[in-house]
Amino acid sequence: MELMNALVALLNYVVVPGLAYGAQLALGALGVTLIYGILRFSNFAHGDTMAFGTMATILATWGLQAAGVTFGVLPTALLALPVGILGTALFVLGTDRAVYRFYRTQKAAPVILVIVSMGVMFVMNGVVRFIIGVDDIGFADGARYLVNARDFRDWSGLDEGLVIRVPQVITLATAAVAVALLFWFLNRTRTGKSMRAFSDNEDLALLSGINPEKVVAVTWIIVAALATTAGVLYGLDKSFKAFTYFQLLLPIFAAAIVGGLGSPLGAIAGGFLIAFSEVTLTYPWKKVLGYLAPEGWEPEGLVQLLSTDYKFAVSFAILVLVLLFRPTGLFRGQSV
Amino acid sequence: MSDSAYGARGNEDRSITRSNEPLTPPYPSGDPRAAGGTPFLIGEAMTGGYGRGADILNGCTVAVDKGKIAVIVGPNGAGKSTAMKAIFGMLSLREGRVVIDGEDITALSPQDRVAKGMAFVPQTQNIFTSMSVEENLEMGAFLRRDDISGTMAQVYDLFPILKEKRRQAAGELSGGQRQQVAVGRALMTQPKVLMLDEPTAGVSPIVMDELFDRIIEVARTGVTILMVEQNARQALEIADIGYVLVQGGNAHTGTGDELLADPVVRRTFLGG
Repeated sequence: MELMNALVALLNYVVVPGLAYGAQLALGALGVTLIYGILRFSNFAHGDTMAFGTMATILATWGLQAAGVTFGVLPTALLALPVGILGTALFVLGTDRAVYRFYRTQKAAPVILVIVSMGVMFVMNGVVRFIIGVDDIGFADGARYLVNARDFRDWSGLDEGLVIRVPQVITLATAAVAVALLFWFLNRTRTGKSMRAFSDNEDLALLSGINPEKVVAVTWIIVAALATTAGVLYGLDKSFKAFTYFQLLLPIFAAAIVGGLGSPLGAIAGGFLIAFSEVTLTYPWKKVLGYLAPEGWEPEGLVQLLSTDYKFAVSFAILVLVLLFRPTGLFRGQSV
Repeated sequence: MSDSAYGARGNEDRSITRSNEPLTPPYPSGDPRAAGGTPFLIGEAMTGGYGRGADILNGCTVAVDKGKIAVIVGPNGAGKSTAMKAIFGMLSLREGRVVIDGEDITALSPQDRVAKGMAFVPQTQNIFTSMSVEENLEMGAFLRRDDISGTMAQVYDLFPILKEKRRQAAGELSGGQRQQVAVGRALMTQPKVLMLDEPTAGVSPIVMDELFDRIIEVARTGVTILMVEQNARQALEIADIGYVLVQGGNAHTGTGDELLADPVVRRTFLGG
């Protein structure tokens, strides 16, 4: 029984939150890795693209709610998601036309594009805060729990109650669908294959008659969709706050680099690796160990390796280790 | 070298191809363009260099008839690859012009020249390493909107090993197989002119002979071939016409055999 309790506690505080957070990071990292593979720079504005997409979705959600439209047990934001994606796609395409294209035609060095993307980041940052404000905004509605603690305790007879919140399940399901669609697109369609070809060998892609402007536009649209989805899922799971999304940039980049920049599969693996590292290192293991340890051996302290305030240190440490020992990442992407 | 495997017969030797079945020629035999006449492809009196740098080509002329093989040889830094890139439009000419099939294409970009029926196989990075062999061929035919399965079958006929490895990532193949993928990719556009920049660089002598055989076979289908080669002796053996470039200009021109027999060319470029 103690073992089962420990297992449920582990599921509650480590496995389920880690999976949800990992899926959110993976979607974010996929966007970063696509930009890196095809436009060949690290997009620092990605966190704020997520914030912009989430903001657009929240506005659409409020509009739907005001009109009396809801999605039953599911959050209304899922209905508003396509609107948010469309708005974000138009915004990033506009940014590309107004800013990035100028540097692309000049064949600017990647490091210049990185700095340019930081400028874009500040502007997007300001736009989002100007429109929706800097406060925490919760926009999840519909059912809160798929499995709640009391029902689970009554059903199983365990001391520890399993809690699975609806947004966590939605996150995993949506992320799975998004990733499946992305891989189908990249591996099966003509446009997707031309994107991979462009990422693989730009000169040869041009010799084969692949239109670079079209590849770039399609990439931005996909990135907008991924970023908005990731942002909305994160916001549903926790809450929306512009500054938090800006901070997400670090774990997302860590995930993309750990997996290997330019490798979509790597981005997904990296997302889960970073998420689980963060969660396991900042989780107080007292409860789980308390169930497992023999009588009288229960730990007195929290057995928390790092305070949650230091969770970004985890991403940073992993980033440094990977760049030192395996700069191409787990899935042999491009080195930075 | 008249006792070589190819003898003195050059491209006209039918015995060296694997099959007597011709691949589909780009033109029906009644087409006037299929007949001889003026050279099919000419890079005439080309002068130019990269960017605003010094001229690398100094009035160099390269011409080749339809369905023939032209080979450009010469010492390192003579402008061999540059001449080919100029014909393909990868650098702008200060003087001279490029004409294909009677049409002046000097002002066209490389992409537009692909649409005009030219295909180029770069010396390095000439395949999509992360994509499968079949995807490489598909990307080669990116501009085509019609059914490409026939052309793909022809390429697989020409390079049977590629059919075996079609699902494998091209980057995992050996050097010779990669070159076959590169040539196959270029053939997917059904080009009239195939340009090869040192197709045998870095492959073993046996694979080199094999590749030359295949190139002859491609030429036999009516595709005009222009190639730059380091392995001058072997390349001239299959050449209908050879150009020896020195410092960006034409030093010697002649049929492959003439150049192989020329004592000056032998002493300076072929090592005696």
